[in-house]
Amino acid sequence: MAIWLMRLAVDRWRLTERLEEGEGADAAPLALIADTAHGPRIAAANAAAIAAGVQAGTMLADARTVCPTLATVAADPAGDLAFLEKLALWARRWGPWSALDPPDGLIVDITGVAHLFGGEDALLADVRTMMTRRKLAVRAALAPSAGAAWALAHYGHDGAIMASEDEAAAQLFSLPVAALRLDDATLLVLRRLGLKRIGDLQGVARDALMRRFRTIQAPAANPLIRIDQLLGRVPEPILPVLPRNVPLVQRRLMEPIRHRDLLDRVLADLCGDMGRTLEGMGLGARRLELGLWKVDGDVAVCSLELAAPSRDGPHIAGLFGRKLDNVDAGFGIELARLRAIWTEPLALAQGDFEKAAETHGTSLSACIDRLSVRLGASAVRRPVPYASHIPERAQVWEVLGAVGTSMPALQCQPSSGQKRPLKLLDTPERIAVLYASPDGLPRRFRWRGNVHEIARAEGPERIAPEWWREHSSVRLRDYYRIEDGQGRRYWIYRDGIAGDGRGNDKLGGSPEWFLQGLCA
Amino acid sequence: MMMQVSQLARFNAASAAQWHPGVVRDETAHGEVFTSMHEASGAAFALALAQDRMRSLAPDPLADTLDKRAWLWVQDRDTRRRTGRPYRPGLPRALRHRLIHVATENAQDALFAIEEGLRCRDLAFVIAEIAGNPKALSFTASRRLSLAAERHGVPLWLIRLDAARDLSSARMRWRADAAPSPPPRRNPAAPGIASWKAGLLRARNHPPGEWIMRDEAGRLCAEKIVATVATPDHGDLADAVSGRSLAAY
Repeated sequence: MAIWLMRLAVDRWRLTERLEEGEGADAAPLALIADTAHGPRIAAANAAAIAAGVQAGTMLADARTVCPTLATVAADPAGDLAFLEKLALWARRWGPWSALDPPDGLIVDITGVAHLFGGEDALLADVRTMMTRRKLAVRAALAPSAGAAWALAHYGHDGAIMASEDEAAAQLFSLPVAALRLDDATLLVLRRLGLKRIGDLQGVARDALMRRFRTIQAPAANPLIRIDQLLGRVPEPILPVLPRNVPLVQRRLMEPIRHRDLLDRVLADLCGDMGRTLEGMGLGARRLELGLWKVDGDVAVCSLELAAPSRDGPHIAGLFGRKLDNVDAGFGIELARLRAIWTEPLALAQGDFEKAAETHGTSLSACIDRLSVRLGASAVRRPVPYASHIPERAQVWEVLGAVGTSMPALQCQPSSGQKRPLKLLDTPERIAVLYASPDGLPRRFRWRGNVHEIARAEGPERIAPEWWREHSSVRLRDYYRIEDGQGRRYWIYRDGIAGDGRGNDKLGGSPEWFLQGLCA
Repeated sequence: MMMQVSQLARFNAASAAQWHPGVVRDETAHGEVFTSMHEASGAAFALALAQDRMRSLAPDPLADTLDKRAWLWVQDRDTRRRTGRPYRPGLPRALRHRLIHVATENAQDALFAIEEGLRCRDLAFVIAEIAGNPKALSFTASRRLSLAAERHGVPLWLIRLDAARDLSSARMRWRADAAPSPPPRRNPAAPGIASWKAGLLRARNHPPGEWIMRDEAGRLCAEKIVATVATPDHGDLADAVSGRSLAAY
């Protein structure tokens, strides 16, 4: 979509003067003039002046002869361009990106957007409404290529829509050659050749045109390139306008500052803030501007330029510190604002990883990573409960994948009355026992060559084998918590009972005893 | 003259107070517990000390979130083979779900794991078991551990199983053995609350001493053993506190 702001300069002047159209100074003929080497020349004229015969581009002296009452105001092309830039950003309401078409146009990419506004007609109507609300005279057109849209906006009928490239012949060939965005010299050449409309160019053999313009590379002077752009045969890159937020930090001060040391403190804070802001954006400042608003309405501005992009707060503060020596605080400074006018990308630097870990410690995940890389993932595990009555199956070791995503404990744990040992041997160790009766508790046992007298005992706690999982030959266990004469506490069990017909009972042996756990 | 001597004794008593449960100073950040391979007293005692330290350090009434930091239990291969692995249902209830167990092949890897654990800010404490006197556990290595523990504030209790008392920079060295437990009221024939005979062999700010300790009703209780006072040069000091439970301090 191309939007042409037909009377941008005049409209903007009127807006700055807060005048309605045809009101006040606008009712009389008025021209915006630009100074040239040959004297003032009229850049734009308002409706009254145009009605009186004043044309843009004429010298002021010539225009005065036509319209003696012509008032003049200096034109502001830079201001117009800045206004157009803002307008281009605002125009992104109609499409994902927009581009400037200086001096007075905008290009908005509306591919796939029109249905959001209820169709292309409605989109153009919306453009017209919104622009009229901003008191800007506008013509807009839709076309598949930027060149065609521009041509229709400037030379077609208002609100022209070219739905597809098949309509090019019908809609574009009747337009004057000026619609090709050619410069004046080329237009003059074409007029002298008698080619007035775009369709006339199509009538000429393409070879002849190519021969005539073969040395000219600039698109604005070569009608062939322009025609190809118009019809979408060659791509036309467009630089979109993107908003850029100037990093800005400021401090409003509760009480006006008059002393230098306080100002230095504020400056250090500002530079620290600016450093963090820039770090977040991945930028470094090349030029900074510090504005100090004083109570008496005065503003002191000092700027700083850096050799290389930087966001080092103390460094910047130190450089500003020297510039602040001759700033007059007057009755006090109430607002300090720091802007980074010119920034350049500055990648984040990797801090010293080891050093950070040295001072602040590592995180748990980093610690586990380092452990499992050196020792193997299976070395770093945690016990998780498992639904089983058999003691060695009641916990399984889970490799630490994600910390903190532990499964909830299964409610198959021994009740608090059943005390469990602190440590469990990987395989229960056989103990030689001396007992009074094969069914009862032994009096003493020998484990690893040491004899332990059983002084106190609690049990038995009978744990049956899990018949749904194990063979039928597996024997039940009678567990005892025992304490020997020296106070050492163990968890021992008798594997099976005499006469159960399993294990060595069939051979007439007595059940064996095992030590499985070491109690606290 | 006598007055001066007694004043000196009092001064000594103030500067080198007897250890008692709940004493939390920086020097407890690295402790060593010597124990036998044939019992779990060392690990249980170290756990009790760790819990005692955590309880003493967290009297913040405004902290309404529980301490949920994990803790590390490092074991070398000999320890695993001879004394078994930690058993979750037997661990203290407050600690069992937070355990991270590191099984290493040798003492060198164990020392690496301990140091990594000490450097981790998200760990509550580290307990490590190393069997014997491996070459890797030199004075330099133990000094490294002390410095790491002090620097990051993660306490370490290193359990030395069947080890000779070699040079070490541990701030507190204990000897822990099983002690007969008090008979439970319900069933006097059954083993009672785990008790240990703990001897403080060396500490920077405390004279050595020996206690019967047990972790009872959520706090560590210590009873001074009167007969075996291993402090000949602090004789009058030990006399002054004998016969009273040090937990009453």
